[in-house]
Amino acid sequence: MSRSARTGRSPLRSVGLHATLIVASLIAVGPILWVLLSSFKPGYAVQSSELTLVKDPTLANYAYVLGETSFLRWFGNSVLVAAFTMLVGVFLSATTGYAVSRFNFPGRRPLMMVFLVTQMFPVTILIVPIYMIMARLGLINTPTSLIIANLTIAVPFCAWMLKGYFDSIPTALDEAAAIDGCGPYGIFWRVVLPLARPALAVTGFYAFLTAWGEVAYASAFIQEDRNFTLAYGLQQFVPQFNPQWEYLTSAAVLVTIPAGLVFLYAQRHLVSGLTGGGTKG
Amino acid sequence: MTTVTAGPAPAPAPPGRRPAGPSRLRRSWDRHWYAWAMVLPVVLVLAVLIFYPLVRGIWLSLTDLTEANQLAEVCTRSITGGEICKENPNRWEFVGLDNYARVLTGGVGEFWQWTGVTLIWTSVCVIFHYGLGLGLATMLNRPMRLRGLYRVLLVLPWAVPAFVSAFAWKFIFNERFGLANSLLTAVGIDPVDWFANRWTSLSTAIVTNIWLGVPFMMVALLGGMQTIPGELYEAAEIDGASPWQRFVNITLPGLRPVSMTVLLLGTIWTFNMFPIIFLVTEGQPAGQTDILVTGAYRAAFEGIRNYSLASTYGVLILSILLVFSIFYRRALRKQGEVW
Repeated sequence: MSRSARTGRSPLRSVGLHATLIVASLIAVGPILWVLLSSFKPGYAVQSSELTLVKDPTLANYAYVLGETSFLRWFGNSVLVAAFTMLVGVFLSATTGYAVSRFNFPGRRPLMMVFLVTQMFPVTILIVPIYMIMARLGLINTPTSLIIANLTIAVPFCAWMLKGYFDSIPTALDEAAAIDGCGPYGIFWRVVLPLARPALAVTGFYAFLTAWGEVAYASAFIQEDRNFTLAYGLQQFVPQFNPQWEYLTSAAVLVTIPAGLVFLYAQRHLVSGLTGGGTKG
Repeated sequence: MTTVTAGPAPAPAPPGRRPAGPSRLRRSWDRHWYAWAMVLPVVLVLAVLIFYPLVRGIWLSLTDLTEANQLAEVCTRSITGGEICKENPNRWEFVGLDNYARVLTGGVGEFWQWTGVTLIWTSVCVIFHYGLGLGLATMLNRPMRLRGLYRVLLVLPWAVPAFVSAFAWKFIFNERFGLANSLLTAVGIDPVDWFANRWTSLSTAIVTNIWLGVPFMMVALLGGMQTIPGELYEAAEIDGASPWQRFVNITLPGLRPVSMTVLLLGTIWTFNMFPIIFLVTEGQPAGQTDILVTGAYRAAFEGIRNYSLASTYGVLILSILLVFSIFYRRALRKQGEVW
């Protein structure tokens, strides 16, 4: 067996290893697959206790969700909220991540501490004051209120992540540019930022996904059907009485595809940034 | 970072420091103005969006403000069309620590029950996240066929937005036609009405959260394992160490820095994990599976919105987390960890 020669593993152990990983993969993929399969079943087949993988496949659920409900509107709202959260979050925090990574200025440590502590904030502590501020500004029931609320999570998170990425860009580059007569802003704009483009993209995507899946603020701030985001809108398909799971499953698939693609692109770089920020204080 | 956590440090206003003399201030300004200018936007945002609401939240927790008594004046319209406004006799007022006393003595809400559920929820989830993540990472960290495929498949649950996962698992645990009960029936076990019993209901949420949380741990630990130099393993193998000994004596110590970070993050995230309980169990049966964050949310935003009570819960939850992280870091420092 060529494999055992290469890895020095007995065939029995190889089988055990692969069997475990196959079972784990099945558990990981199974629920997603089940929802996907169910989304192609007609309503009576989804609501039946009979165990079938495929039954009378149809696209009717998708047609209904896209044509007869506010799904596309909610989708648009979610994109709007998530995109603005991402853009504003990354734009604001990029310089901060850089300053915290490079300069040892008074106030640096407390700032790092604030970034860390805000990760601990339960949604319940900020939601009421922010709700009342939004109510006073007349912003309740608008996407703007959600963008602002999401920024409370996105800004410290992005700054923290970007600091970790900037740490991994050698300071020798900064020094070389400084010798060539570049000021601190010039170094940031012309030297570091171009190098950090993948980091900015990944951080941005993650901010996007966090906003995309935000439930609590969306449930509390938005009151009208046409302003719902997906995270809240999807709850409308499965009320306590007469839930319509066939529509929920197809809506879930439609929500997951874009988020999943974005995620699979971003995840490779995500964890190194998160843990890097924490360990290289 | 080696400073001690001393509570939520307020957003530091950069020029707010007062060094000894004007010349020192001047020098400090000359040296650091660009760094301060760079952090200024974020400091402003943090001050407006986090620090100010936080202070307001703490203040609100000392009042009895609800949706019903928030108006300063009560206006009644008379038949002639004129409006008469009187001062609201039931207007909200400062009540000191009353809210805390009522919450902590069980006079209102189920604080201790929610805390208990939160502790079970957090510890079970984090133990499984870490254990399964470590196991899978160890398996993926060796050369074998199909490794890339396994990795992508195992990461997939992370790619699904949490609220979608919540709905997916709620669907699977549906008592009438869910996959879980279909499978149980297929092997001859009676179907279970998952959300009717406190423990089965909590289990569904825990299963959901474990499912969606393992990939993060796995990827993080795999990243950590790949930074451990291969020579260590080779040397150990030459010395005749068994795979288990290599795991315990090389892998685990090498993973320490990563483990400490992801365990802290994982604990905090799970503690505050709102959407899963909120959407999967919805607190069923009768609020017995609510954790602190969902219980507090329901107290605040269902029925007449009770802003002061919600803020009280918020302050209590944040205090628990702060105390936890201070002890966590102190424990690390005692073991000589510079973190």
